[in-house]
Parts: sequence; C-alpha cells; structure tokens
Amino acid sequence: MSIAISLRSCGKTWAGGARGLLPIDMDITAGETLVLLGPSGCGKTTLLRLIAGLEVPDAGGQVLFDGKDVTRLPIERRNVGMVFQSYALFPNMDVTGNIGYGLRVRGFAKNEVQNRVAEMLEMMQLTEFRNRSIDALSGGQRQRVALARAIAPRPQVLLLDEPLSALDARLREQLRQEIDTLLRALGITAIYVTHDQSEAMALGDRICVMDAGRIAQMGSGRDLYHHPANAFVADFIGDANKYVTQTGEVILRPEELSLRPDPNAAFMITRVTFLGPVLRVMVRHPDGQELRADVADDVTLQPGMRVEVSVGGASLMKADPPALD
Amino acid sequence: MRRGIGFWTGLSFTLLISAFLILPIFASVIAGVTANQFVGLSSGLTTRWILDVWANYGGTVLLSLQIAFATLAITLLLGVPAAYVLARHAGVTARLIEEALVMPVAVPGLATALGLILAYGAVGGLRSSWYFILVGHVVFCLPFMMRAVLAVLLAIDLNRLEEAARACGASWAQRFFGVVLPNIRGGILAGSLMVVTLSLGEFNMTLLLHTPFTRTLPVGLADAYTALRTEMASAYTLIFFALIVPLLSAMQWVVGRMDQQGRSR
Repeated sequence: MSIAISLRSCGKTWAGGARGLLPIDMDITAGETLVLLGPSGCGKTTLLRLIAGLEVPDAGGQVLFDGKDVTRLPIERRNVGMVFQSYALFPNMDVTGNIGYGLRVRGFAKNEVQNRVAEMLEMMQLTEFRNRSIDALSGGQRQRVALARAIAPRPQVLLLDEPLSALDARLREQLRQEIDTLLRALGITAIYVTHDQSEAMALGDRICVMDAGRIAQMGSGRDLYHHPANAFVADFIGDANKYVTQTGEVILRPEELSLRPDPNAAFMITRVTFLGPVLRVMVRHPDGQELRADVADDVTLQPGMRVEVSVGGASLMKADPPALD
Repeated sequence: MRRGIGFWTGLSFTLLISAFLILPIFASVIAGVTANQFVGLSSGLTTRWILDVWANYGGTVLLSLQIAFATLAITLLLGVPAAYVLARHAGVTARLIEEALVMPVAVPGLATALGLILAYGAVGGLRSSWYFILVGHVVFCLPFMMRAVLAVLLAIDLNRLEEAARACGASWAQRFFGVVLPNIRGGILAGSLMVVTLSLGEFNMTLLLHTPFTRTLPVGLADAYTALRTEMASAYTLIFFALIVPLLSAMQWVVGRMDQQGRSR
C-alpha cells in the first residue's frame, strides 16, 4: 500500500522570478514518516505541494512514486491524502459527508462508502458527531475529520501541511500523539510539514531541515541534534550557543555546559532564571560573548558571581589567558 | 426590566421612518381598490380597476415576467462562471474587471440604452423584438449577479476548498458541482433575487428599448400614470406587489429547503 517517493532536481521558480525551491534530490522510503522542518518561507510547503501534485516543478524536475514518473499527474490522479493547516472541510456537508467525499467521487458503492466511513468515525472517535455540521465542531474535532477524510480512500501517501498549528498547545500535544499512533498503525508513507521542532522530533522517522529553499540537513532527530551540519540546524533543533574560540566557532547546547563557582574565573553570571526542570543561567565573558547554560537547580548561583564554564568536564577556558579581575 | 428614554426615542424614530416609507405603498394599494378616489374609502371597495388593468396591461405583466426569468437564466449561466474565474485569479486584470463591475451603478440606464440602440438597433429584427430589452436587462443585471456571487466566493477560501476536493480525487466537474456551487448558494440566491427584482422594476433603459408591442410592466405603469389614471396606476402597483412578494419569498424558501437536504450526500 505504501510507496517510495523520489525527487530528482525538483526546483520551483515563481512567476515573478523568485526561487521558492532550489533543485532538490530526495528519496523517501516506503512507509517512512518524513518531517519537513523550517521557518516560514523556507520552501517546505512548496516541496510538499510538489509531491502532492498541486505544483509542477521547474523544467527538468521529476517526481517519482515507486519509480513511476508522476510529475505531470495532477493531485486528483496521484492517490494521495492531504491534510491542510486550515482543515479545508466542506461546509456544505456534515461530518459523514466530508469523510465519505473521497470515496464517493471515486465511485465506491454506497454500502462500501457507509462501511468505510463508519470505520473511520470509530477510529477517530467521531461516531457521536457523525451528523454534526462542520461549524458545530471544535478545532480538534475538525482536524480529526480532515484526517479521516484524507485516509478514508486508503491513499498511497499521506501529506500533512502544518496540521496542528491552528490548535492550542495542550490539544496539539494530544493530537500529535494520535497522529503518531495513526501513522504507525497505517504504515503509510507520510510527509509532514511543520515549523515546530518538538513536533518534528516526536513524529519524524527522519527530519529534513530546510532553509531558504535548500535542504540544510536530513537525518534522524538524534543526528540533527548531536551532529548539526551548521549553525542554522543547531539553532533550529533545540537551543544552541554559538561561541567563538581561538580555534573557531563552536556550537554548544545549554544542557552540555556545567558551572563551577571560582572567584578567578573569566565568566560572570548575568542572569538566573528558574524554569522548573532546569535553572537557566546566562554567563558573560569579558570579551562580551554570552552563553546560556541549563543546569540543575542550585540556589547558590547568583548574578555577579564568577564561574568556570566547562563542557563535558573540560574547561571551556583552558586555552584562554587567565581572566583579569 | 425598565427601558430607558433612549430606547423609546429610538423605537419612535424607527417607527416614524418606517411609516414614512411604507405609507405611500399603502396609499397606492388602497387607491387601487377604492371605487372613487376623489370621494375616498367611503365610496366603497372595488376590483374593477384591477380587472381593467389586467385587460389593458396583462400582456406587459407576462412580458415582464418572461424577461425577468430569461434575464435570470442568462445572468446565472454567464455570471456564476465568470465570478468563479475572477475569484480563482489573483492577477491585476481580474481585480480591474472586478472594479469595473461597479460601473452600471455609475452609468445612467438611459445612456446604456442609447448605446445599445446605436450599436445594435439596426441589426436584423432585434430592435422590434423583446430580445432587445432582454439584452439591455442582461447588461444591466449581470454585474449585480457577479458581485453577489464573487463576494461569497472570496469569503470562503475557494482555492483551499478546491485543493482539498482535488486531494480527495475529485475531477473539475465533481468539485464545481459538489463543492463550489453548494457553498456559494447564498450568493447565487442573493444575486438571483436582485436580478429578478431589478429586471421586473427596470424602467430607465426599458423606456428607450421598448416598442408599443414590447411594453413591460414599469413602462405600462408609467403609461397609466401619464394618462392621469391614478386609480389604474395604483391597481397596477397592487398587481406588481402581488406578483413580486410571493415570487421572492418562494425563491428564498426553495433555497432554504435545498440547504437542509443533502448535507450527508
């Protein structure tokens, strides 16, 4: 049921000449969940729309579904399911009507439509709302209907364009878990666009971080976190300190840093914020560089105090000359 | 709960304005069934004027209805797809055409009629047939239909709905008839009511476009009035109301029914 997707030098130039996407090559394995992550305008939605068939790549670009060229095939003939940020449910139909739409336009028999819709309603816990109009649903329910509508015809690929960004934080978390469970259960090839890195980490088998129409890095969440290819990726996935040493720029995660009070140390604490799980401490070097350290709660750390900063046990300053008081 | 002086002042003012607007209609309706207008209601009620009007002007009523529904049919067939195309295109040209839709309000009907006569007056038998009036009414009413439909199309995020329908596998025809049309029903109804009302009441243009054999209701009404038969003109107005009020209500009812049905379909 699920298929592999390949992109061959797929770029997108807009009518005005602006480059939405620079030519990209990408291989998505069958059954995999790939998350496209990046800030707005990075090209992630354009890439999704190319895969969906809502946009055509610039000349020379190719979209392959299981090796078959579908570049010129419009979305309605690609057998994909799509979930939109704004839900895009049909206001003229109720919940049942929306979920069954893809089956009806494909010409399924009436009882087959009914059975599948009933199955979807149950799977999405929407049975009691089956005759509700769309206006009478909450945001979370609408998104469940949109998901059910997308998967009811059993598409080869499921495409999700920021499906949770219109929901509040608590609901987002809950639906994220539901979507995760659903994707695992279906085993469907899924591409999920988001600008939220925690969503990306939770859902993606692999994450593709995008920046200004390019792929910045592609890999598992662990890869991206521990071995970011550049400062952009480091900054986008988790928090990162950029610190220039004599040998060059290094990227330091706040939780990798530890602090030890030392009246002769170079760094001085400028601010201490208690966040619950961690204590966030801002320290400043005499040369003006600031670092953020997330450490275990410690009431003795106070602004104005001198501290030695170390990474994984090794002092960050050992190469530096002693600080002057 | 006691209501303050503001409420009562507001209510009185509203009623006063309403009375001011409705009074002439009542006066006209009463005049249409009063036996002797100069004596007043004490002269008794009669249906004579109505029958007279029907005998003399019955044809104009039927022609007006015929033109109104033909205008409606054409504006629906042209206006709805045109509005759909405009809504789908984001370009400057589309916005310019949209702006131009306000024009019929700015250009006097007489001027449009004159233009039509100069341009097409000599074409075959067009000038003497009722089609000539129909052309005028379509020119006049089409923008109203388009604007009513366009307003709804722009309010419903049409592109997203169509993309969603396409993602479900719907062909163009399937999504146009299954998703687009049902969701702009309100706009189509508003446009239809507007077109029928405007066409039935259109006088400015029709005055120039009609011939003695193609008189419409408003032209006949003006005729009755200029012949100083105010009781006839009043009875005529009565017929007009008796016609248009149930007509518009029926159209609204039909669409209301359609809305309730087929939500699961």
